[in-house]
Amino acid sequence: MLKSIALWLEDRLHIAKLFESTGGHKVPPSTNSWFYVFGSGTLLCFVLQILTGTLLAFVYQPSAGQAWSSLQYLNNEQFLGWFLRAVHNWGSIFMVGIMSAHLVQTFLFGAYKYPRELTWVSGCCLFLCTLGMAFTGQILRFDQDAYWGLGIGASIMGRVPFVGAQLVHLMLGGAMIAGETLSRFFSLHVFLVPGLIIALLSLHLRLVLTKGINEYPKPGRVVKKESYAVEYEEMIQKTGVPFVPNVIGKDLIFSACLIIAIVTCALVFGPQGPSGPPNPTLIHTAPAPDFYFLPIYAALALLPAYMETFLLLVLPVVLLAILILLPFYSGTGEKSHRRRPMAVVIVLLAFLTLGLLAYLGTYAPWSPHMEAWSSAATPAAQVQGRSPLELQGAILLQSKQCRNCHALGGEGGLRGPALDTVATRLTGDQLIRQVIQGSGNMPAYGKNLRPAEVTALVAFMETLRPSYQPAARDSSKH
Amino acid sequence: MSETNSDCGCKKATLTKEVPAPSVSRRNLLLKIGAGLNAIAAVLVGVPLLGYALSAFTRTSKNSWISVGPLAKFPEGETRLATYRNPISKPWDGDTAEVPCWVRRIDSQSFQVFAINCTHLGCPVRWFQESRLFMCPCHGGAFYEDGSHASGPPPRGLFEYQHKVESGELKVLGGHLPTLAEPLKKDDM
Repeated sequence: MLKSIALWLEDRLHIAKLFESTGGHKVPPSTNSWFYVFGSGTLLCFVLQILTGTLLAFVYQPSAGQAWSSLQYLNNEQFLGWFLRAVHNWGSIFMVGIMSAHLVQTFLFGAYKYPRELTWVSGCCLFLCTLGMAFTGQILRFDQDAYWGLGIGASIMGRVPFVGAQLVHLMLGGAMIAGETLSRFFSLHVFLVPGLIIALLSLHLRLVLTKGINEYPKPGRVVKKESYAVEYEEMIQKTGVPFVPNVIGKDLIFSACLIIAIVTCALVFGPQGPSGPPNPTLIHTAPAPDFYFLPIYAALALLPAYMETFLLLVLPVVLLAILILLPFYSGTGEKSHRRRPMAVVIVLLAFLTLGLLAYLGTYAPWSPHMEAWSSAATPAAQVQGRSPLELQGAILLQSKQCRNCHALGGEGGLRGPALDTVATRLTGDQLIRQVIQGSGNMPAYGKNLRPAEVTALVAFMETLRPSYQPAARDSSKH
Repeated sequence: MSETNSDCGCKKATLTKEVPAPSVSRRNLLLKIGAGLNAIAAVLVGVPLLGYALSAFTRTSKNSWISVGPLAKFPEGETRLATYRNPISKPWDGDTAEVPCWVRRIDSQSFQVFAINCTHLGCPVRWFQESRLFMCPCHGGAFYEDGSHASGPPPRGLFEYQHKVESGELKVLGGHLPTLAEPLKKDDM
C-alpha cells in the first residue's frame, strides 16, 4: 500500500530525478568540513525568521498609533508572545552573525573566484538584504529608538545633494515620521525584502548546483580560466560524493546547535523592548541602535565633521563596489588563505575596526551624560579642607552642568577630559580663558557665568591635583 | 526538405515541405504581436504602480501656521518645550503626530522657535537651563541658547521655525521634519 503510494507520487513528481539534481548532487569530498556549515545555518535562520515573523504578524498592528501597544500585548498577554518575539530577535542576531561567518569563510577560501562570480554577487546582495531586514525590523519595534532611528535615517537622506528632500519624503512616506512611515517599513520588512531574499536565494542555490560548491582550497593549486572547469568536473566524476547523505551530517549538527542556541538565548534573555512609546515629545531619551549598527553609530560621532557627508554617502558605495566586484578583478589565482596574506589582513582589520567601533558604541563616550550634574556626587576628597570660595566653585561645577561632559572621581561624562588632575595641566589663567572662551569641543561660557562665578569655579579647579604632583605653572612668569 | 532529413520521420513529409515557411512567419508575427501587447500592458500597469509607490518622492511639504500655545506659557528670558499637532496628521498617526519644539522668549516681543532635531542626525536636543546649552544625546552636539553651534559634529546651528504672534498665541510655520536639504525657513540653507 505505502509502496504503491510512493510509486504513484514518484511517477507524478519524478522525485528521484529531482533528488539526484539537488540534495543528492555530487560534491568534492573535501567540502565535508566544519568550515562549510555556515551557508545552511544562515538558510535555517531565515526559515526560522519567516516562521516566527509570520506568527508575530497574527498579532502585531502595523499602525503608528497601535504598534507599540500591540508589542506590549505580545510581551505580556499573548500566550508565548514574549517567546516568539525573543526567538525572532535572537534569530536575527544569529542570522547576521552566521551570515558574516559565511561571508568571511567564502572570502578566505577564495570561493568567489572563477566560475562562481554570480554566486558571490548574489551572496553579497543577500547580505545587504539581511542588513535591510535588521534595520526595518528595528523600526517595526516601534518605540523611541525606532522613532529617532528613522530621524537619523531621514537626516542622512537629507544630506544627499539635489534630491535630498525628495528622498526624505520617499523614505518617510511624507514630510514627517508618522503613520505612513511605519506602514511602508512594514511592507518592506514583511513583503518586499523577504520576496527579494527568496528570489536571490533561489539564484544563489541554483548557482551552487550549476557551478558546484568550492572545493577546500589547497595552497599552490591555482585557478586558471582555461582549465578549472574541466579539472573540477573530473574531480567530481572521480571522487565526488553525494551531498545527502555523505556530507550533510555536519550541517545537521550545526543547525541543531544553532536552533538550541537561539532558543536558549531567547529563554534566558527574553525579548528586546519595546523601550518607551514612540512619542516625540518624550525627549528624555538617548536613542541607540541595535548592535549590528553600533559601528555606524560610533563612526558618525567620531568622523571629522568636514568629511562626514562624503564618508556617509560615498564611502559605503565604494566599499560595497569593491566587495561585490571582487571576483571580477581577482577572479583567478590562489584560493587558499595561506597564500593570500592580504586577504587575512583585510579580514582582521575589518573585525578590529568593526569590533572597536561597536565597543565604543556600547558606552558612547562622545555623548554628554545628561543626568550627571544632578545625580553624581562630588568625591569627598575633592571638597575636604577647601576654602568657602573653592567650595562655591565646587557647587558651580555641579550646578552649571559641567559634569555632563567632565568626570570627577570616575563619574560624569567622557565628552571632555576628566577634571581630577586638571590643575596639573592648566594654570589659573588658562582655566579662566578656557571657561570663558571655550575651545575645541568646549562651548564658551562667558555669557552664562558672572565674573564672580568664574573666579570661584577656577579657584576650585586649581585645587584639583594630587598632592604629589605640582600645579601647572606659567613659564613666562619665572 | 527531404524525408531523410526530417527529424520526426513521419509519413507526411510532403506536407511539412510546404507548411514550414508560412507557419514560422505567422508564429513570429503572433510572437511579435504578443510581446508588443504585453509591453503596452506592462506600461499600463507599471506606470501607475510606480506613480503610486514613488508619489512621496514628488510630494512637496505643505507647511501651515499652527499654534504652540498662548504667550503666557513662555516666560521672558526662558526657553521652554512646546508641542503642536502635525497639521497634516492622519487618524492612525497616534503619538507621532505630536511635534515638540523649543521656544525661547528673548523679551516680551521677540521669540526664537527651534526644531527639536539636532542638525547632525535629527536626535532630540535637550535644553539645559543652567549652562544655557542645548545638548544632543546621540553624538554629543551642543548649541548655544540662540541656536548657534557650540560644539560637536553638527554642521550648523539648530533649525529655526518661522513664527508670528497672533491673537495672544505664538504660531509657527510647521509641517515637515527639518533636514539639511529642507530646513524650516526657505532662506536658511
